Amino acid sequence: MKYALFTGCAAKGACPELYQSAVKVAQILGIELEELKSAACCGAGVMKEGDPDLSLAINARTFAQAEEKGLPVMTICGTCQGVLSSANKNLKEDVPTRERINAMLAPDGIAYRGTTEVKHLLWVLIQDVGLDKLRHAVKRSLAGLRVAPFYGCYILRPSKDLGFDDPNDPTSLEKLITALGGERIDYSGRIKCCGFPLILEKESMALAMGGGNTAEAKREGADCMVTPCPLCHMSLDIYQERAERQLGERLDMPIFHLPQLVGLALGLSEKDLGLSHHLVSVDAALRKLGPQT
Amino acid sequence: MRATFAIQKFNPEIDARPHLEEYRLDVAWRGNTVLDALFQIKHQLDGSLTFRASCRSAICGSCPMVINGRERLACQTLIADEIDRSGRIEVKPLRQLRVVKDLVVEMDPFWSKVNAITPWLTPKREAAFVRHARGEIGEVMIPQNVHQTFYNVDACILCGACVSACNSLDVSPGFLGPAALAKAYRFVADPREGERRERLERLTREDGIWDCVRCNFCVEVCPKDVQPMEAIIRLRREAIREGLTDHPGATHITAFMDIVRREGRLNEARMPLAMVWPNLFRMLKILPLGLKMFVKGKVPSFFQRPIKGIREIRRLFRLRETFK
Repeated sequence: MKYALFTGCAAKGACPELYQSAVKVAQILGIELEELKSAACCGAGVMKEGDPDLSLAINARTFAQAEEKGLPVMTICGTCQGVLSSANKNLKEDVPTRERINAMLAPDGIAYRGTTEVKHLLWVLIQDVGLDKLRHAVKRSLAGLRVAPFYGCYILRPSKDLGFDDPNDPTSLEKLITALGGERIDYSGRIKCCGFPLILEKESMALAMGGGNTAEAKREGADCMVTPCPLCHMSLDIYQERAERQLGERLDMPIFHLPQLVGLALGLSEKDLGLSHHLVSVDAALRKLGPQT
Repeated sequence: MRATFAIQKFNPEIDARPHLEEYRLDVAWRGNTVLDALFQIKHQLDGSLTFRASCRSAICGSCPMVINGRERLACQTLIADEIDRSGRIEVKPLRQLRVVKDLVVEMDPFWSKVNAITPWLTPKREAAFVRHARGEIGEVMIPQNVHQTFYNVDACILCGACVSACNSLDVSPGFLGPAALAKAYRFVADPREGERRERLERLTREDGIWDCVRCNFCVEVCPKDVQPMEAIIRLRREAIREGLTDHPGATHITAFMDIVRREGRLNEARMPLAMVWPNLFRMLKILPLGLKMFVKGKVPSFFQRPIKGIREIRRLFRLRETFK
């Protein structure tokens, strides 16, 4: 089980705790990682708005780097996964497009043949590590912890490009939460948008989305939320206080990155998981868990 | 095959609020659709059940509803598929629109938004007709490769499924929404259109193209693969190319690309600043949150080293000459 790790920008920027926890969890579960250190930003769907071919070329460059290593790519960001899945499908299936993009890359001696696979850590955990192995690796069960899964948009839609979960009724996070001993919370917001793309442009709309979904999870009894996307994490964690002010409602909802929740169950320490980086304290959720063994 | 249908019923003259009612029926044939079942229920079990339907062939756009949680055309949704996937069938009216009765919603707000984007061509004078060499007047033909850029938008049947699923509309009811904006793109992209710039100017105002959150729900639910969000993305690109950049939405794209061109990666310290620069008041507004993030180790260095191979990235940018 070896992957070329595409960290994405957030894990190297505003969410260092994501990078740190993902690497630790991978180590314990025997997922070997080789970081794509010279990979560029996936474009987050924003570069495509400016120039789709430029965005494709930059991602083809990344895929070619992994192709050269002979490794599949693993992402730890839902947005990266969505953007890379769409770009990869386009480059693999549309030969004239691939040729056009390769012509852009040719002066630097780069060519993408279309053989790289891209998988999110969530999919790796379910498909390659397997829930059984995960269950056996649990050192500190999440029993008693009611976890609301929050998928975010890009890891689910457009489903024809992603093809892992059912976009209307995804199950992977739920399976994972249950395998770690936790209790899953069902609520409609789990597949909705966190509002992040509008957070710097029209904050009130973004907060209504992120805050609204968090409030729904709280009403359904969640002790915490977990997300496979750091952009969702930023929206739900960093902006939670502002959302509370706009909604006129206390939320106090700890938000975990996917590998942080897995890491907790694997017995990793708070320091290992970088929990002190969060703006919303996770202490209330940790108190629900038994003592670390 | 025996199937259970939970259908939302609501008669505003009698009911205080909508409620689910269960109907069991024998579905004769595996190829039957949810719309077939609704007719069967109406004819055999409950004559009061109210819904819209017409062509039964996924072309009139009358029967979109929320089936097992997702917007679909009832005439296009096989009962067997839903039973296989979910074990039951739950049918509710479209969201975002007022329920008139049972599964029928008020479509007026939908139509007024479609009307608001002027859903007809305002041809350039010279493009309306061409004078052929021999003097007779003929129509202007659109070359196939040009039509291909908006043919999927032309396929819209105005059913409203995308509007029901739109996350931006959830929180901002005034938003023009995916269907109207996809339609708007159809006219902006038409080479005969004479008021392209005026259209783009109107579309970049409040409640326009910049309010889409790119959640992809409209792309997911559209029964005709119109991909409204992709049309909105193209409108944004056209607006920037037209120089209509005085909007935070446009700044977001140009600033984002500028940072990636310089560093290869997004710098989350620079990005928010680029959005408010050089407005001192707005800079002060983001300061408190920035400080909190800084204390928690969430503000990366303002001066990041560019990624290895940044020359390749910069060359690609130069090649495309995008937003220099």
